Amino acid sequence: MTEQTIGYVHSTESFGSVDGPGIRFVVFMQGCRMRCEFCHNPDTWNMGGGTPFTPQELLDKALRYRNYWGDEGGITVSGGEPLIHIDFLIEFFKLAKEKGVNVSLDTCGQPFTYDEPFFSRFEELIEYTDLVLMDIKHIDNEFHKKYTMHGNTSILNMARYLSEKNVPMWLRHVLVPERSDYDDHLERLSAFIDELDSVIKVEVLPYHRLGVYKYEELGIPYKLKDIDPPTAERIENANRILKTHKYQTQ
Amino acid sequence: MEKQRTDNLSLDSLWSGFAGKVWKDEIDVRDFIQTNYAPYDGDEAFLEGPTKETEKLWSQVMDLNKKEREAGGVLDMDTDVVSTITSHGPGYLSKDMEKIVGFQTDQPFKRSFQPFGGIRMMEQAADSYGFEIDPFLSHVFRDWRKTHNQGVFDAYTPEMRQARRTGIITGLPDAYGRGRIIGDYRRVALYGVDRLIEEKVADKTNSDTTMMNAETIRDREELSDQIKALHELKELGNIYGFDLSRPAQNAKEAFQWLYLGYLAAVKEQNGAAMSLGRTSTFLDIYIERDLKNGTMTEAEAQELVDHFVMKLRLVKFARTPEYNELFSGDPTWVTEVIGGVGLDGRHMVTKSSFRFLNTLTNLGPAPEPNLTVLWSTQLPQSFKNYCSRVSIESSAIQYENDDIMRQEWGDDYGIACCVSAMPIGKQMQFFGARANLAKALLYAINGGVDEKTKAQVGPKFRPITSEYLDYAEVTEKYDDMLDWLSGMYINTLNIIHYMHDKYSYESVEMALHDSKIVRTMATGIAGFSVAVDSLSAIKHAKVKVIRDEDGLATDYEIEGDYPKYGNDDDRVDSIAVDLLKTFMKKVRNHPTYRDATHTTSILTITSNVVYGKKTGNTPDGRREGVPFAPGANPLHGRDSNGALASLNSVAKLPYKESLDGISNTFSIVPKALGKEDSVQQTNLSMMLDGYVKTGGHHLNVNALNRDTLVDAMEHPEEYPQLTIRVSGYAVNFIKLTKEQQMDVLSRTFHDSM
Repeated sequence: MTEQTIGYVHSTESFGSVDGPGIRFVVFMQGCRMRCEFCHNPDTWNMGGGTPFTPQELLDKALRYRNYWGDEGGITVSGGEPLIHIDFLIEFFKLAKEKGVNVSLDTCGQPFTYDEPFFSRFEELIEYTDLVLMDIKHIDNEFHKKYTMHGNTSILNMARYLSEKNVPMWLRHVLVPERSDYDDHLERLSAFIDELDSVIKVEVLPYHRLGVYKYEELGIPYKLKDIDPPTAERIENANRILKTHKYQTQ
Repeated sequence: MEKQRTDNLSLDSLWSGFAGKVWKDEIDVRDFIQTNYAPYDGDEAFLEGPTKETEKLWSQVMDLNKKEREAGGVLDMDTDVVSTITSHGPGYLSKDMEKIVGFQTDQPFKRSFQPFGGIRMMEQAADSYGFEIDPFLSHVFRDWRKTHNQGVFDAYTPEMRQARRTGIITGLPDAYGRGRIIGDYRRVALYGVDRLIEEKVADKTNSDTTMMNAETIRDREELSDQIKALHELKELGNIYGFDLSRPAQNAKEAFQWLYLGYLAAVKEQNGAAMSLGRTSTFLDIYIERDLKNGTMTEAEAQELVDHFVMKLRLVKFARTPEYNELFSGDPTWVTEVIGGVGLDGRHMVTKSSFRFLNTLTNLGPAPEPNLTVLWSTQLPQSFKNYCSRVSIESSAIQYENDDIMRQEWGDDYGIACCVSAMPIGKQMQFFGARANLAKALLYAINGGVDEKTKAQVGPKFRPITSEYLDYAEVTEKYDDMLDWLSGMYINTLNIIHYMHDKYSYESVEMALHDSKIVRTMATGIAGFSVAVDSLSAIKHAKVKVIRDEDGLATDYEIEGDYPKYGNDDDRVDSIAVDLLKTFMKKVRNHPTYRDATHTTSILTITSNVVYGKKTGNTPDGRREGVPFAPGANPLHGRDSNGALASLNSVAKLPYKESLDGISNTFSIVPKALGKEDSVQQTNLSMMLDGYVKTGGHHLNVNALNRDTLVDAMEHPEEYPQLTIRVSGYAVNFIKLTKEQQMDVLSRTFHDSM
């Protein structure tokens, strides 16, 4: 065996039921460059830290739960931003596929680029990926920059690329009042999604405040203090505009 | 009238449409089921809602429930009639509407007087609820007719009394009925009572010419009691206008016959757990026959099941508030198992499996009967999804692993109480409550001195005197202490069951067993996870002992972190497995009354709260008085690696070493199971499949939000039927003490972000 790449893992969850189909082992990788105001995992931002794992070690840990996965479930790698660890992911997914495990990648797509060396690495990664879960935080580049500190060009490019390659996608939109909950923006987002071919599910994720305590612990100012979670009406509205029911594959 | 008809009913006509021969020649209900039941692979679409009569009766019950609560827990109680199978005239809710009839006394909600287990318990129970036992009857049972309780205390040693007082062994059935015996009530319906009497008479005759040693004499006396009880059972039938001498001729009679068999048992015995067995697939055969003959509709079939279950929900006993505090509310453990797979590989799910679970919808959730699904990966998916749906809606179902139990017990076993499997009519257990292994560890450290009372309870071994606990030294001393504990414990149980057989024999339940049966001596473990985590702390961190002025270790300081049970971490889970094996090995060393087979369970019922109260600070960092985890659960909040990691830890405990069951209570926020209802259902059934495949034995599933419970504590009147699973059974949440409610709230609710 050659020396394996090390990945830095923030934490794992043995019983993930919302990040991909079935029951999933969810790996939260350490580190993210985005600074989404509404992020509920700010403790995964820091690029240093995390627990080092080799791909084999991480897979062994995940496989302890294989009995619970049935035909649908498997592993989801989330974060932080997993694509930061792309070399690790390639090895990890490859090993998992050898064992016949269903693997999903939960990414915001920000690191995506057609430039090398990233692009060929990414092409290899998606060969081993069964499903990509993608967050589109905002359809408008300027607003995206404002709320996440990064533009959305690379993100939209990645979605288009995955569509070309016919990689199944779940697209998600975090609905934050006064940030990403305006009908015109939602309609633009909907139009964008309609152009894609391999989207099998669209989800509205209503903003919640469960992560606020982490900001306090980390001493990071929380910018959405005065914003309440969206009302049921607004959630319903977003679901309608984004036609989420149309994409329900179940 | 009834009598005349009987004479014209031949066995051929009563059994017409039923296939098979073996079960006709000998008493063999299993063979009858296997040759006649119809597995059902479809979904729940065929189910019917409640009829008008069902709704009316249930609202009558809810009304009485409310009155009972307002009256302080007991509405009415017999004080001058000793409960026997035939002690009361008929009792009804509304005679014309009830499809299944029969109450323990002449009125619903009136508790019977059952002094044979112990007269003091009955007097205290009466007194606490404002009643008084007839002084003459008190006199009879105090002075003339010895009870089980008196017998036990006549034989107890001083050491046993002390061990009982400090709570190193506790919950012992020495003052109340032991329960955990399941009569094969199906035999009443299938064979009629006359045939059962014939068999018992023949069995007794068998020993007419053998040597009359103590064993044979006891057997003959017991058989006589059984025969007498069967005659009384027929009389109970007459009281309600039924001729139980012959087999049931249709589904309605089959339900009624079976229920009267069960009713006779609960009239005769106030046992800690009076479980029902495995009846739904048996009864389904009768329903299918009537449906085929066109004499019954689906709505009528459901109505029968609803009314039967309603009766099971109304079984009540007179018990003391202390007893209720120990067990949370007043559970009766009318456990009914549903589903499972046959030895021939066909699953045993029938339409009636659905109908029984449907009572949780038609009548709303309730703790009784204790509906237990025998889960196998081979159950049809439609049934798995339906179970999950009802679980999520009601939190009233428990699951037990049929794939591992079938190997031990075959395909006609039931569950007594919470997790105790036994082939129906062929095996009984001597219920042994449990030994407190967390306290035993403290005794090992303190040389047998109780950390709370400072009394020398265990043998006077040399205590540990070092500043820091050394793992090798502690395990060696623990081993010695467990040697002593297991011997004293088995001896105590031998006394209890000798006396129970003698003074409070379960005649009718045993009459519905084969005459030659297997007996198990069912010991149990409390404080399991606390003992395991303590050993892990001593092994993997540094534990400093704090001693009081007498040199007694009373507190512990932990330096560093240690792996905790409940996180799928083999460093500590292996300690758990070893502790179970060690305890079981020691228990097996001691001979048992009637050569009962040794077993153990890791099940605390809800007494984890009371046991915790009686146990001092422990080396895992748990504070004095804090509740233990229930059953084999990890201690609250220590399972921090997610739901499946917690399940995996418990699943490592080998069932073969704990054949009386390994209880795990699991609470999950519904949304954590998935977003859509259908996803929640599939995920829960996947989770159960996974737990079963991993080797887990039992899982109580609660799908609820903490907020609901908090609200129910504040507004109990709005949650009369809020049911939660605790440890092998379910309780009505608002009947728990405040302390127990807080304990439930402090447990881990698995959530995910």
